[in-house]
Amino acid sequence: MIANLAFYLFSFILLASAVMVVTSRNPVHAVLFLILGFVNAAVLFLLTGAEFLAFILAIVYVGAVAVIFLFVVMMLDVDFVKLNEGFQRYAPVGALVALIMFIELVFIAGNWAIAPAGSADRMFPTPEHLTSSVALGSLIYTSYLPLFQLSGMVLLVAMIGAIVLTHRDRQRSLHQNLAAQHARTPEQTLAMVPAKLGEGASLPPKQTQKETL
Amino acid sequence: MSPFWDTNTGIVILTLLKTLALLVPLLIGVAYLTYFERKVMGAIQSRKGPNVVGPFGLMQPFADALKMLTKETIIPTGADKFLFILAPMLTFGLAIIAWAVMPVNNGWGIADINVGVLYLFAVSSLGVYGIIIAGWASNSKYAFLGALRSAAQMVSYEVSMGFVMVTVLILAGSQNLNSIVLAQKHLWFAVPLFPLFIIFFISGLAETNRAPFDLAEGESEIVAGFFVEYSSMAFGLFFLGEYANMILISGMTTTLFLGGWLSPVPFLPSGVLWFILKVFLCLFVFIWVRATLPRLRYDQLMALGWKVFLPISLVYLVLVAGVVEYFGLLPVA
Repeated sequence: MIANLAFYLFSFILLASAVMVVTSRNPVHAVLFLILGFVNAAVLFLLTGAEFLAFILAIVYVGAVAVIFLFVVMMLDVDFVKLNEGFQRYAPVGALVALIMFIELVFIAGNWAIAPAGSADRMFPTPEHLTSSVALGSLIYTSYLPLFQLSGMVLLVAMIGAIVLTHRDRQRSLHQNLAAQHARTPEQTLAMVPAKLGEGASLPPKQTQKETL
Repeated sequence: MSPFWDTNTGIVILTLLKTLALLVPLLIGVAYLTYFERKVMGAIQSRKGPNVVGPFGLMQPFADALKMLTKETIIPTGADKFLFILAPMLTFGLAIIAWAVMPVNNGWGIADINVGVLYLFAVSSLGVYGIIIAGWASNSKYAFLGALRSAAQMVSYEVSMGFVMVTVLILAGSQNLNSIVLAQKHLWFAVPLFPLFIIFFISGLAETNRAPFDLAEGESEIVAGFFVEYSSMAFGLFFLGEYANMILISGMTTTLFLGGWLSPVPFLPSGVLWFILKVFLCLFVFIWVRATLPRLRYDQLMALGWKVFLPISLVYLVLVAGVVEYFGLLPVA
């Protein structure tokens, strides 16, 4: 009873925030609604007993992905007047595309049928004596190990690719060589000059710059 | 236990009472941490610290709170009102709700959940939102720059913090905080994982935006950073949120590495007092660091997170996993 109420409450918030993501005029508000949606999805996972998935969703999507997303959107300077300029002209085309998509969805939904044997598989319960993270881990690291490793490799390649594509070494930027700095001794940079009173001192001949740095 | 406590109403009342029993000491702790910090920093800098209000200045936190409450709340004209007010509440609320899973004594956690470590990690990674929303909603360049700095910093240090936690999980064989503490009965994890313990604590300093990682509020460059536009109790919530986060990170360090409530002395009983004492020690180090170390430059901060902590914690994770597997020491979950 309470679980049902909670389910309807959180799924309502989830759907409402999903609608707000596409309808809010301010992009930052849209991203914040997206984050609210993520949190509610995590709560729905919790309600079904998938605690590990729920918190991983919160950590990865809310704690990391959405932060970067918010970061980017906040720095964009979106001009709303310009954004809405072509609305009148493109509206018919957009409406047509939306209509076609909707008709396709109706076709798919009309022919949708669940295989009688399917529902038994779908409701695969978590083993009684295991926590959900142990159950998930023992599946991923045995039956699905190659797929799991492969998806990890795909992500790694994507990460390296993103770095390679965006990295450009501006020749102007200054780099700090920590090892060279720490290896520096006073003899390389300091020179004691015995100066006589009233005469001043002249610097000893300079060492080569490369050596001192 | 009488049957009343097993009914729905009974469980709700019991949980509320437990929450109250945790929150009241916690909030008093937050208030007196500000006093403690000023006294310790005073001692380090050969000053007296607060000593006027009440005996030994003990009423100082209440005087500060009164002053804060009676000031005017100012909301800038260009600000996003709703988000501007939401941000401090978010910061303080997140620092408080994390305590729901903290086991201050054997089985004393309010919510004894299986994935306690993940919960803590999730809540502490949400903390960045309070700051970034505050920075954006203020509609001020200084606040925004402070928020951007802090967001980049927190995301960077979370990565190595996550690896440190995973290493602890391997040794404990459980994600339940209560079991993690019990797994340290014979040896605190701070001993075999000493480098990670240090990394975790330093990442904790970065995660709470404390010195020497307080670039988000570097007063010499960007005034006060993300909360420059805040006044009155809205500012107070940010201020208290920072101290609540310090206590939280100290509590996490205590639970994961210093054996929680377990007694380090064989003939003394374990108990909640040990937990408080260990948290207190961690907090002292927090303040000690603030009083002694200068602020890092921004590129140094990023280099430390990505080029030093991340490789060390990653290699240590693989090493620990390998050693544990090779010698068959893997705890059975």
